[in-house]
Amino acid sequence: MLAKRIIPCLDVTAGRVVKGVSFVELRDAGDPVEIARRYDEQGADELTFLDITASSDDRGIIFRIIEQVASQVFIPLTVGGGVREVGDVRNLLNAGADKVSINTSAVLNPQLVADAAGRYGSQCIVVAIDAKQTGANRWEVFTHGGRRSTGLDAVEWAKKMQQLGAGEILLTSMDRDGQKNGFDLALTRAVTDALEIPVIASGGVGNLQHLVDGVKLGGADAVLAASIFHFGEYTVRQAKEFMAQHNIEVRL
Amino acid sequence: MVDVAVVDYGMGNLRSVEQALRKVSPDAEIVVSDDPGVIAEAGRVVFPGQGAMPDCMRELDARGLRDAVLMAARDKPFLGICIGLQMLFEHSSEGNVAGLGVLRGEVVRFAGDMSDAQGSRLKVPHMGWNRVRHGDHVLWNGIEQNSRFYFVHSYYVLPQDPSLVQGTSDYPQPFVCAMSRDNLFAVQFHPEKSQTAGLKLLQNFVHWNP
Repeated sequence: MLAKRIIPCLDVTAGRVVKGVSFVELRDAGDPVEIARRYDEQGADELTFLDITASSDDRGIIFRIIEQVASQVFIPLTVGGGVREVGDVRNLLNAGADKVSINTSAVLNPQLVADAAGRYGSQCIVVAIDAKQTGANRWEVFTHGGRRSTGLDAVEWAKKMQQLGAGEILLTSMDRDGQKNGFDLALTRAVTDALEIPVIASGGVGNLQHLVDGVKLGGADAVLAASIFHFGEYTVRQAKEFMAQHNIEVRL
Repeated sequence: MVDVAVVDYGMGNLRSVEQALRKVSPDAEIVVSDDPGVIAEAGRVVFPGQGAMPDCMRELDARGLRDAVLMAARDKPFLGICIGLQMLFEHSSEGNVAGLGVLRGEVVRFAGDMSDAQGSRLKVPHMGWNRVRHGDHVLWNGIEQNSRFYFVHSYYVLPQDPSLVQGTSDYPQPFVCAMSRDNLFAVQFHPEKSQTAGLKLLQNFVHWNP
């Protein structure tokens, strides 16, 4: 059967992998190419790179990193951050990305998702949603790295993105991101139940049980984590072995 | 002479296929090409594909590549990947279009209401790492039975001739994910993104003399 995926996430700025808490307070975690190679050896199912560089001057750095990783690591690579037009999608795919993640630009211009999926196929278009709880069973979409509210309901927004051609949703709970107290399982469940396309749960992983919960309770098709892997608390292989012990199908 | 030509009809990420071929065959001349002449002259041909089948067929014809691909599929080592497998069939229900008709059979969509043995919903596209039960073709040499490969697709092939099937996977029902005939081999999964097992298959392909 199809395995549930574990996806280490590398937030990249100025050529380094960093990790923040609730989108701020960045901490250095190392060289992206080296880290990518290490996770590949540990059995990561995919890798996600988020270019969190605010300035467009540094935009070339992420292309060089992706080119280097893609020539050495033969698993799917997703790249997000700063994708504003179909040309950005093309450039990232040409650099070696297999999927491109669109976040803020999808809100500003939903047609971009339809155009990119129409041109390159739904399989390579991931829509990233940063959601914050604003009421009982209500989550709102935020953009610009979580700084700007949109008034959009996260579940409805995810459905709209599926309809426009997204192949997958990367769902991050802003309340949980960097907090290490587990995924927002209610949010994850609400979105995954509403969609036909796969959902990657993100934000809040602090231990291996959280990964199990994301799949079993949240219904996620894949789980994304950063700091538990970057700072050596667990290897990807340990995470997979733990999930396998809890009867989750994984690639070992 | 070009050793391996990767057919470029403007769809999807051919860079990954090229990179993986370079990895397994560092001394070979590998080109990504939309030139029918280059494809006709190449020693072997890889026919990849991503996106929707109607777009892929249209772009193939718009670039005048149909005949070059059909000839390659007849007379030289030929590897179809993903949509490159589906396009070899007669017909696809994706956009209700005709394929190249190299293999008999059709391409159909996964059902929308599938669930696994525990009752969990199965998503479409079928995306991620799944096990492959493979046949005894030389392209499987050195690859363990039930190895996992990376898939991403919403449609799958229904071949008419079961003797050409070289691999099956389950989602949740068995579906065909590899076919072979003479000089032709084609897979639904992405060997270029399937780490060790995928690179092994590509390595077997670049050394294959059918």
